[in-house]
Amino acid sequence: MKAPPFRYHAPRTLDEALALAATLPSPRLLAGGQSLMPMLNFRLLAPEHLIDLNRVEGLAGIRDEGDAIVIGAMTRQRDIEFSPVVKARLPLLAEAIQWVGHRQTRNRGTIGGSLCHLDPSAEQPLVAMAMDATLAIAGPAGRRELPMQAFAVDLMTPALEEGEILTGIRFTPWAAGHGWAFLEFARRHGDFAIVAVAVLLELGADGTATRVSITLGGVASTAVRVVQAEAALLGTRVGPADIEAAAACCGQVDALGDPQVPAWYRQRVARTLCARALPAALARAHAAGHDGMKR
Amino acid sequence: MDTIVPSGQVVEPATAASADDYTARRMFGTRAPRIEDPALLRGEGRYLDDIRMPDPLHAAFLRSPHAHARVVRIDLAAARALPGVVAVFDADAIARELTSLRMPLGFPSATLQKDITPWVLSCTEVAFVGEAMVMVVAQSRAIAEDALALIEVDFEPLPVVHDCHQALDDAAPVVRSDAASNIAERLQVGFGEVDAAFAAAPHVFTESLFVHRGAAHPMEGRGVLARYDAVEDAITIWTSTQMAHEVMHSIAAMLGMDQHNVRVVAPDVGGGFGCKYLTYPEEVAIPAVARCLGRPVKWVEDRAEHFVSAIHERDQYWDVDIAVDARGTILGVRGRLLHDQGAYTPQGINLPYNAATSVTGPYRVPAYRMDVIICQTNKTPVIPVRGAGYPQAAFVMERMLDRVARELAIDRAELRARNLIPVEKMPYDKGLTNRAGVRSIVDSGDYARTQAEALARIDYAGFPARQREARARGRYLGLGLANAVKATSRGPFESAVIRVSPQGRIDLYTGALAMGQGLATALAQIAAEQLDVPLDMIHVTCGDTGRVSLGMGGFASRQTVMAGSSVHLAAVEVRNKALRVGEQLLGVPLEGLRLRDGRVEVVSAPGRFVTIGDIARKLKGAPGYSLPPGITPGLEATGLFQTNSQAHANACHACEVEVDPGTGAVRLLRYVAVHDSGRLVNPTMAEGQIHGGVVHGIGNALFEKMGYDDEAQPVTGTFADYLLPTSTEVPDIEVVFIETASPTNPIGVKGIGEAGTIPVAPAIVSAIENALSPWNVHLAEAPVSPVRLLELIDASAAA
Amino acid sequence: MSQHASMREITLHVNGEARTCTVADRSNLADFLRHDLQLTGTHVGCEHGVCGACTVLVDGRSVRGCLMLAVQADGCSVETVESLAAGTQGAAGLGPLQQAFRDRHALQCGYCTPGILMSLTELLRDDPAPDEQAVRLVLSGHLCRCTGYQNIVAAALQAASKPAGDA
Repeated sequence: MKAPPFRYHAPRTLDEALALAATLPSPRLLAGGQSLMPMLNFRLLAPEHLIDLNRVEGLAGIRDEGDAIVIGAMTRQRDIEFSPVVKARLPLLAEAIQWVGHRQTRNRGTIGGSLCHLDPSAEQPLVAMAMDATLAIAGPAGRRELPMQAFAVDLMTPALEEGEILTGIRFTPWAAGHGWAFLEFARRHGDFAIVAVAVLLELGADGTATRVSITLGGVASTAVRVVQAEAALLGTRVGPADIEAAAACCGQVDALGDPQVPAWYRQRVARTLCARALPAALARAHAAGHDGMKR
Repeated sequence: MDTIVPSGQVVEPATAASADDYTARRMFGTRAPRIEDPALLRGEGRYLDDIRMPDPLHAAFLRSPHAHARVVRIDLAAARALPGVVAVFDADAIARELTSLRMPLGFPSATLQKDITPWVLSCTEVAFVGEAMVMVVAQSRAIAEDALALIEVDFEPLPVVHDCHQALDDAAPVVRSDAASNIAERLQVGFGEVDAAFAAAPHVFTESLFVHRGAAHPMEGRGVLARYDAVEDAITIWTSTQMAHEVMHSIAAMLGMDQHNVRVVAPDVGGGFGCKYLTYPEEVAIPAVARCLGRPVKWVEDRAEHFVSAIHERDQYWDVDIAVDARGTILGVRGRLLHDQGAYTPQGINLPYNAATSVTGPYRVPAYRMDVIICQTNKTPVIPVRGAGYPQAAFVMERMLDRVARELAIDRAELRARNLIPVEKMPYDKGLTNRAGVRSIVDSGDYARTQAEALARIDYAGFPARQREARARGRYLGLGLANAVKATSRGPFESAVIRVSPQGRIDLYTGALAMGQGLATALAQIAAEQLDVPLDMIHVTCGDTGRVSLGMGGFASRQTVMAGSSVHLAAVEVRNKALRVGEQLLGVPLEGLRLRDGRVEVVSAPGRFVTIGDIARKLKGAPGYSLPPGITPGLEATGLFQTNSQAHANACHACEVEVDPGTGAVRLLRYVAVHDSGRLVNPTMAEGQIHGGVVHGIGNALFEKMGYDDEAQPVTGTFADYLLPTSTEVPDIEVVFIETASPTNPIGVKGIGEAGTIPVAPAIVSAIENALSPWNVHLAEAPVSPVRLLELIDASAAA
Repeated sequence: MSQHASMREITLHVNGEARTCTVADRSNLADFLRHDLQLTGTHVGCEHGVCGACTVLVDGRSVRGCLMLAVQADGCSVETVESLAAGTQGAAGLGPLQQAFRDRHALQCGYCTPGILMSLTELLRDDPAPDEQAVRLVLSGHLCRCTGYQNIVAAALQAASKPAGDA
């Protein structure tokens, strides 16, 4: 099918984009287009105006601010995938980004586009949730920041008001030597996850877990932190029984079901993946600790 | 690497002259690079939508969003008023352009329910989601789609038949108000004393099986372009089809035109896999409207349309009993097949008939009976997809054999070996007749050797140790195997014309149709073998009714056999004629001549020659002058190989899988495919056919499900949820060929296009079941999803 | 709804040649290349960004031609399959990757092939010696119904084994 008629706008500055978004009737923002374009081609959407953010200056780029890595909303997934900064400071994101679609879609798709589309199975919102990322938003009423928890309101529903534009995502790296793991189950490589799990882990000098993040994607209407699972591990030495307890919590998260993939299945796979991700994260944390001692 | 294991009788090509010092160029059987490739690789292919036609109009179809509904009102005014719209046709409007609003039945049938074919456009009642209702013709496809959105329709939803079992229920609604019942036809096939066999059998086992086979999904969808010439009252239709000639006949009949004024041309076809072996409503509507408007009109099916308006193969339910003795020797098979035909029957009952008659496959079954009920449902119509019922039949038979092996504690391979048709029984009478009305005779093949080769390649003997070792590490490996046989080369004939021009150009025309298999290369190789020229001297044209008056097209793995044999016959005739003319022109007896590189030359003095162009010029005739004595005009020949018997290709597949009991994921570790497709024209292309066929089967086993809900609304309408296998899900396919020449045709070949697909689902499902043997999981369906596997593991664990 | 869709002029380089055209806002890049520029080597298989048949290179990066508007290519450099045989000779002139496809029988119906050639062209520029897994990952963004992929993988690896600068 062919897209319905619309008028295309290509603002060069954020102010221009905000002005268009505030004044045009029924506008739609176009980022990488890897979700919006299929919806247009299927005529599921019929916006009168399309505001293309691809030419807006200053919205793309990865900036190391020391205590934080700030990724512009229009940064392409490919550039995240191949970024040395991301690889060094945000290894969870570097791993997860490789599960996003395919090379050909990552070359266009943007992190901001994915966060605003907010598919419950998408990897980038999952990482943003796992890392408590902060989202920078510009709008007619000025600029504001929102934690990912508050941004992800519900199924495919970001906390954006009319005329607002997501401009960047601030990730605070975990301590050097933290453990991490990202596992995903999909029917085929590159498909949206049926379940994905992101794990972050910091160990104290005595080997006990001092900080834990366990987040599931694909299970609920948005990515969810499994706080019970995190609690089950905090302060433990992350032994097999602790891992089993945390995994059991992941298997009890309220899950979405549909005729193809029922809720019980998502819960089961969440449990399986958690039980596999935690040892992987732990091994990385131990390996880093080991290296640290050698240094 | 793939290897060729030659065996059996090799049919030598006809040679009219030979000399000890000269080895004829061998083209047949070589790994010649394809002549199709350079243009396709440079982006110079000419698929339907690539044809440059000045200012064509573009069509789009309004399709039913309801599985079953009465149409109360259609308002076309807003669509007609949209700038850029040229015309809007509803059923009444298109009916005025046609001899019938109802499509002709593809294959004749005396027993099928009447009035069962689709409408060109349907505007009073719709019977499946995707049924074409209104056609808009506009200056662009986008505008035509804009107009579709402006059409207002009031529907009165009617009760829906969503499944075969429901269709049989006495209380079920009727699929269409003009249908006498939901049963399109009942039939019974079989042979032998079935009841006596079962009454006396020491063991009888029963299975209820469900086999689903999605849809064809060639990467190029359908498409039609028509241009009418009012001066000549002639029309040319380009269509992405597998059967140009039958489409031509259908259009001529539906448009009330003489066939000599209707030319159908298949351009490059981006895959068919069965779904283009049909005359579709759009292939009638587009030329009708092009004639009405006097302007070229084009329709290119998009993927969203393809999902619901191109045919599916879909669902079959089988309830089957098998009777065996204590050694597992098959005594009889009987059962009932429920076949989901969808809302209409455009082609006939060939798919369920094939399925029911091919169950016994490569095995000796003394008594067989299958009751077939062809059910109508409010879903997209069904005709064969690659394999055409054989994959379902193989699934049924192989699942039954695995059941017997388990029940009687006989090794799966050993049980099969005991029941395979032995080579010394070839040719073997299957006890059934094919639809040509002749006995179904398996012509040749060494089934035991085929299976033994597969077992050796997969290291069957070493597998239990591999499985034990893996389980010790908490990993679950399984091995599966399955045999298959495919009756290929359906008749009654195929056409080939070989014509040499006075310029020495060799043209080969055939009614066969190339959908990507490399048909032009294969046919050129067969011709070149006789004419002794390089391949690039032969220009092949497939599927153009303006070039050759007769043709059947591409289906049932037939073209290498049928068209190949016709090409062979024509090429031998051209060769012999050229040599006989050369004899007279050169004054040298036949024994002293040879044909090489487009010349007839004197063996003892190769500098003395005449070119085939010279001969063609001589034979085109000059006014009043005589032709060489005893020679007929023209250096050309027509081959029409004709047969009702079929060359039987066989295969044994063996594979190793790993199942993850934590997710239900299945990973294919190794896949071995041993095939006998007779003599191979081009082993590289033959391997390619098996690779693609196996991966199609992998889709059927693990991924592809054309899902519908209980209201017969499709739930898979994109490539994001209808899962075709991708490069990361499939292993390399290890292909081995055994070559047993078929006695059914002059070149000893058997078909190959479908054989790769047939045994895949049973082999993989057998392997999965084997991997999950600690849970005693029993699989009776395909495809199997990870969700389903965990469900079965849980059920077994709970039991 | 404005029926006569909004149009605008764009200038871009296509296969090294500067082109200035007026296109509809809603036209996607694949349709623009095929129908406005008559570069019909780029095919359309699904129009929802999954099959990969319409893949072309935009500023050297493989993208789905159906998921990008033609107007977004304003100022960009676009490469299509028609560029791959540039500099080769004769009717059978093929670039190294194309030749490898022919040598390894990596195409059957050929409909998906141009898109795959473009993705592999990008891969081989970025990584002249990819391993099989790297090839399969890039290839997983394409659907092929004919080949089962293995000969495509073999062709890519064959092209990669050519001396640097050849591929």
